[in-house]
Amino acid sequence: MPPVLVELLQFLFSGLASGAIYALVALGFALIYNASHIINFAQGEFVMLGGMVTWVLLSQGIDLPLAILGAVAVTMVAGLALEKLAIERARDANVVTLIIITVGAGIFLRGLTSVTLGKDLHALPAFSGNAPIDIAGATLMPQSLWILGVTAAIVVALHVFFHYTVVGKAILAASHNPLAARLVGINVNVVLLLSFGLSALLGAVAGILIAPITATHFEVGIMLGLKGFAAAILGGLGSGPGAIVGGLLLGVIESLGAGYISSDYKDAIAFVVILGVLFLMPRGLFGKRGTERV
Amino acid sequence: MATIKPSGYSKHRKKQTYTRRLGTRATPMQMLFSERVGGMGALILVIACLPLLLSNNYQYDVAITMGINAIVVVGLNLLVGYAGQVSLGHAGFFALGAYASAILTTRYGLHGALALPAGALGVGVLAYLIARPILRLSGHYLAMATLGVGVIIHIVLDREAWLTGGPDGMYVPTIEVAGVPLYGGAIWYWIVAAVLILTVWLALNLIDSPIGRALRGLHGAEVAAEVAGVDTTHYKVMVFVISAVLASVAGSLSAHFSEFVTPDSASFFHSILFVTMVVFGGMASTFGALIGAALLTLLPQLLADFSGYEQMILGLIMMLVMIVMPRGLLPTLVGLARRRQREARS
Amino acid sequence: MVKRLSHALMVAGVVGAAVGLAASADAQEDPIRVGSFLAVTGPASFLGDPELKTLEMYIDRINGAGGLLGRPLELIHYDTGADANTARTFVKRLLDEDEVDVILGGSATGTTMAVIPLVERAEIPFVSFSGGVVVIDPVKPWVFKTPHTDRMACGKIFEDLQKRGLTKVGLISGTGGFGKSMHEQCVDVAPDYAIEIVADETYAPSDTDMVAQLTKIKNTEGLQAVVNPGFGQGPAIVTKNFTQLGFDVPLYESHGVASKKYIELAGEAAEGVRLPASALLVAERLPLDDPQRPVVVGYKTTYEAVHGPGSVSTFGGHAYDGLMMYKAAVEAAGTTEPAAVRDALESLSGFMGTAGRVTMSADDHMGLDLTAFRMLEIRDGDWVLVE
Repeated sequence: MPPVLVELLQFLFSGLASGAIYALVALGFALIYNASHIINFAQGEFVMLGGMVTWVLLSQGIDLPLAILGAVAVTMVAGLALEKLAIERARDANVVTLIIITVGAGIFLRGLTSVTLGKDLHALPAFSGNAPIDIAGATLMPQSLWILGVTAAIVVALHVFFHYTVVGKAILAASHNPLAARLVGINVNVVLLLSFGLSALLGAVAGILIAPITATHFEVGIMLGLKGFAAAILGGLGSGPGAIVGGLLLGVIESLGAGYISSDYKDAIAFVVILGVLFLMPRGLFGKRGTERV
Repeated sequence: MATIKPSGYSKHRKKQTYTRRLGTRATPMQMLFSERVGGMGALILVIACLPLLLSNNYQYDVAITMGINAIVVVGLNLLVGYAGQVSLGHAGFFALGAYASAILTTRYGLHGALALPAGALGVGVLAYLIARPILRLSGHYLAMATLGVGVIIHIVLDREAWLTGGPDGMYVPTIEVAGVPLYGGAIWYWIVAAVLILTVWLALNLIDSPIGRALRGLHGAEVAAEVAGVDTTHYKVMVFVISAVLASVAGSLSAHFSEFVTPDSASFFHSILFVTMVVFGGMASTFGALIGAALLTLLPQLLADFSGYEQMILGLIMMLVMIVMPRGLLPTLVGLARRRQREARS
Repeated sequence: MVKRLSHALMVAGVVGAAVGLAASADAQEDPIRVGSFLAVTGPASFLGDPELKTLEMYIDRINGAGGLLGRPLELIHYDTGADANTARTFVKRLLDEDEVDVILGGSATGTTMAVIPLVERAEIPFVSFSGGVVVIDPVKPWVFKTPHTDRMACGKIFEDLQKRGLTKVGLISGTGGFGKSMHEQCVDVAPDYAIEIVADETYAPSDTDMVAQLTKIKNTEGLQAVVNPGFGQGPAIVTKNFTQLGFDVPLYESHGVASKKYIELAGEAAEGVRLPASALLVAERLPLDDPQRPVVVGYKTTYEAVHGPGSVSTFGGHAYDGLMMYKAAVEAAGTTEPAAVRDALESLSGFMGTAGRVTMSADDHMGLDLTAFRMLEIRDGDWVLVE
């Protein structure tokens, strides 16, 4: 392959790997948004908890798979607690108030983590080694394959969950038409609780997958949360496919922006693109009414 | 397409709409606004008496920071509280004002008293240009777009080091008026106080004017307002520009007072802080905004002694206040007081 | 009217009570009040955290040994989160409210620069732990600093490149204050060492992937080495991406990664990486007759006894140096009177700290030279001296 193409391929690989993480975070935003029209600004803290708790359990001599399960469980408990203790009690509040509550929850979780687990950076071991894989001259880390693979698997699993299980269909129904859902006996509160649990799970998985690449830290969720939100909006709030496309697109835009335009301005480029898309499509790429939701 | 809808559970949608309507039509706050002279009197009284409690530069610093934040928050409250348009990017306008003052005075030798209006004018034009496309968006999309504008401003200020000094910021020279350098808490206290009183007075008048009524129409029922012949976009754009200009003025004041600017003043968190102040004190309540700004400026100072636990406590307080008093501090307290009054009467 | 009054009182009460609370201060005269403002949270927390731990630990030790001039030390610390405006407010608080005798702190150059006008006006000695050369150049009468400057780090790296006969360098810098400042200094001093910057890329401190930037650098004609000014997790990711892309030139990191944490985070990818750092990292490997050995071994042993093996970093060392310089200056002056302590700090000569031998003067408020920097290489997951 000509070097120019190899370079492009390399940019794409790198963009897709980061983008897959944004997509997972964005899916978390979408799930909660669908169930409650709330934007959960503590989503990034779920990502942080996933990585940090896995590290703590590993450092206690627990095997990686068990540590991962433990971390996912702890993060889900945090998500459920957030819904039960805060969101459910403030359901009559307006959108901005709810945003502030989730921002407060994020600050609280960061504070709690820094006090209990410390402020150090920690690395997780890569799941299957650090030997780069060569594809047509461009290289890819095995961990990036894990990220892409697990993201794909989660997308499939969510699809199955929402279309072929009773609980999933109930959540979908509640998000489409809450009143009708209640009439047919769906408990909207339980749906909301479930959506927070699921979102926390997605966040934790994202945090665990990326920790071997970027290291984890009590404040690692701030930027990932923000990018996930951006990806969810880019794709169209509440749209599952939108969150995935939005995330991957955001990753690729950043990577191409850094590679071809200016690494100084790659984040700004990403936001300019998002603003441009919103000006043309005020509900994001897939946010049109009637589109299938997660 | 009302932008801020009562969210949460549709189970309660009916009830919510009902209570919300009650809320917008007859909040105690509106009673207060009709007595804006009384409110202004109270504000001036507080501002006049506060220095009696201030004994050194640090305490003045906290009071001045409260005032500077309050100027931003009163403006932002017009946008968020009255026009119902969320902005997560106002720190960007604040920072642009601060940098306009910093750059025009240091690099172009302009006097601070001219740099401030020049910055405000620039920010006003910028806000006007982006307002139309941005305000076509609603709800969380608008939040994202304003956040994006703030982030882009932050990045530009951070990267263009030749002009802005880069991430480590730049010094702003002390302003001199007739050869007297404006330095020290006492002087800046009165400067900021004067601008704050003017801001509040402007805001109260705006709210009581036909524009204010149109704004409330926007918040309550945009479609209805449109049908009634109100050019909603025009008013939204106007309030957006006014709030951006106020943020810019506050930024300029902050730059000259603290004699230092950094790109962090444009950060996403700073924007969130401003919105939190609005919601904390009470949306659609100018005096609530003042209290929100004062308390949230003070809180980190009070928490500073809980070394290591500041963040946890701050987060907890934010959550608790918003859960217990979703309408914000002042409206909730005034509501309580009125209820007691009514009970006492009956 | 009653309603109006009640509103007025409510607003006045809330604000008044709040300010009153903030104003409560205790004015005990006896202890020496050491003020500090560090970035214990935020993007520079890995600087502020060990710095605060060090100050706390050594102030306890000094007090345990009878204090300074027979008076105990009292540490008053505020967390800035690396935000310059927060730092300014807290330094005003230290100066006006807590009435400290000295200020030790300022983890980052940005927060340090923001407070310099305040300490200069208040005329209180200030020892900063930040790296930027702008802190002490030009010299400010009341401001001193303990770490090597970023300019020296560039010089040290370029000196090593010269020895290896390498001249064409690619830079990949963090866009945070540290990376940006060091980047400027490196570009500035490069001609002095006949170094040519052939590629110049940046990344944001919270980025998760630098492959795109490194790919561009790798495809630059004639590239002979890569230098990475930056701190935090960024350099670890750069190092891993660097290995992933299979570069065949050496990678230089900055003194901003001088802790075991970097090796832990970058793993095997860190093998062969070089960086300039103080002798603290290789304390036990210093020759027995090295005059710096007792100081660095002492600090390392003490710190790691409390915070675990491998936990020592040069950042905590900067705080140690700052505190010990202040101690030495007070002992030399025989008083904590600010002007006398300032003069004593300025005339410190031959003070041995973790960063090296310090000799201050009226036009050098850092007092370190290039020899205080050591070039280290990472081999088998540990630091090795390159000489």
